[in-house]
Amino acid sequence: MESKLTNEGVAARIQEQFGTAVVSVEMPYDMLTMEIAADQMHDVIEWIKSDAELQIGFLTLLGGVHYPNDNGREFAMVYHLHSWTNNFRIRLKAFLPAENPTIATLTDIYDGANWMERETYDFFGIRFEGHPNLVRILNEDTMDYFPMRKEYHLEDATREDKDDRYFGR
Amino acid sequence: MSTFKEDSAYDMPHVGLSNETIDGDIATLNLGPTHPATHGIFQNVLQVDGEKILSSERTVGYIHRAFEKLAERRPYNQITPITDRLNYCSSPINNMGWHMTVICNSVIGVDTGALTGFTYVFQEREKIYELYEEICGARLTTNVGRIGGFERDFSPEFHRKLEDFLRTFPKVFNEFNSLLSRNRIFMDRTRGAGPISAERALNYGFVGPNLRAAGVDYDVRVMNPYSSYEDFDFIIPVGTDGDTYDRFMVRQEEIRQSLKIIEQAWKNLPEGSYKADIPEFYLPPKEEVYNNMEALIYHFKIVMGETPIPAGEVYHCVEGGNGELGFYLISDGGRSPYRLQFRRPCFIYYQAYPEMIIGQTISDAVLTMSSMNVIAGELDA
Repeated sequence: MESKLTNEGVAARIQEQFGTAVVSVEMPYDMLTMEIAADQMHDVIEWIKSDAELQIGFLTLLGGVHYPNDNGREFAMVYHLHSWTNNFRIRLKAFLPAENPTIATLTDIYDGANWMERETYDFFGIRFEGHPNLVRILNEDTMDYFPMRKEYHLEDATREDKDDRYFGR
Repeated sequence: MSTFKEDSAYDMPHVGLSNETIDGDIATLNLGPTHPATHGIFQNVLQVDGEKILSSERTVGYIHRAFEKLAERRPYNQITPITDRLNYCSSPINNMGWHMTVICNSVIGVDTGALTGFTYVFQEREKIYELYEEICGARLTTNVGRIGGFERDFSPEFHRKLEDFLRTFPKVFNEFNSLLSRNRIFMDRTRGAGPISAERALNYGFVGPNLRAAGVDYDVRVMNPYSSYEDFDFIIPVGTDGDTYDRFMVRQEEIRQSLKIIEQAWKNLPEGSYKADIPEFYLPPKEEVYNNMEALIYHFKIVMGETPIPAGEVYHCVEGGNGELGFYLISDGGRSPYRLQFRRPCFIYYQAYPEMIIGQTISDAVLTMSSMNVIAGELDA
């Protein structure tokens, strides 16, 4: 099914509506990827769902990414959304600082966001304001760290018999 | 009047059931973590008034294996076996999208107590597993896909077995179908059990057969065709009520459609290689490795994870046994992914479970869960 929307057209429309909230626009592998100011993310997602032309109303995936070396932008929230009427996919990103990684919840727009946000909290410690039940989901409740952060190595970091330089990362 | 917490013989603060109660006796029922009806390890704590379910609280994560973290340490070709273990009922789809599995997956979808039909179809499921075995040597976690194609070509024995399967399966399947689909008892048991409306299903992020049972015809194979699905002739069945009966019927029809696709694919199987000509990603045959310098270099580079991968990010999805199965990959050009995230349909749509079973009976809850095809491996990652 061919899409009726174009990357450029959608980007322009969101920019027109939200102005400076749109930080950057990219199209890696032909998928529209927009960086949105974190405090505007909720409103943007709500608007593209209700807008009669875009109708981007299906939350495909949301999750976090950790960039420990990007000062002030240590955490990224990545949202994949899909318009089934237009067959158009969009990726929205917001960057959050390490000292307070907080963003508004999407549970008031999509019920499906509930567990995905809990999982993101569980993995990265990103907090979702307004989430009805933000507790760990896959890991045990007593865990005192967020395992998907880059500082937690998969293997025992105290091992000295293996030199990671020979194995890439 | 007493509250649930005081009556409870358990202390499960992580479950957090409500304190609300109604007149009469309320019992707490622990369905799982290990229970034959759950098809995997997840806990379901139900509050029941007689047979009627008042609330459901779930604990998931019992078989969480930190796949997304593991993937950040592994070279790309070593991630394929991980995907096998997400939905272990349909591992080849997770590898690359392959059709037989849909049948296999759907066949085990129903346990209503109609055991005769069930065991009957299990014979056929055994044949499917034999086909898997013929292709790759394994039955469940097949790891059949490689970057750039298949691990090996189909053997003549496979073609013989597939021909046999295509001949016998429709007969057995129709017989199975006639035992259930218009069976008065089966219909009474499944109609209206665990229903969900299209609107609610969309809001919960439903995909695949469960969504189609509610009447929305979304299928990745049609919306964003991959692996030449656009060349195949098949239909997407949809239901109307989104209940257990509709889910069953949709999956039944999908088995028929899958058979159609397999037949078309088998008949029109093009001549040529089963793998792409990309020596920098695809392991060379062992006999060449020891005799050919170039092959040795490629072998070494692939095994050591020295093949350069372009930096960037991409989301790709296939229609898995449970709907849109997506992979979001961020590469920084390194040996392993910087971040790999799976869109696991089970994990997302299982959230709707309480809404679907509250007010229904325990046996309906069991039916609803198995008809939703919740696979613990995919749920917990």
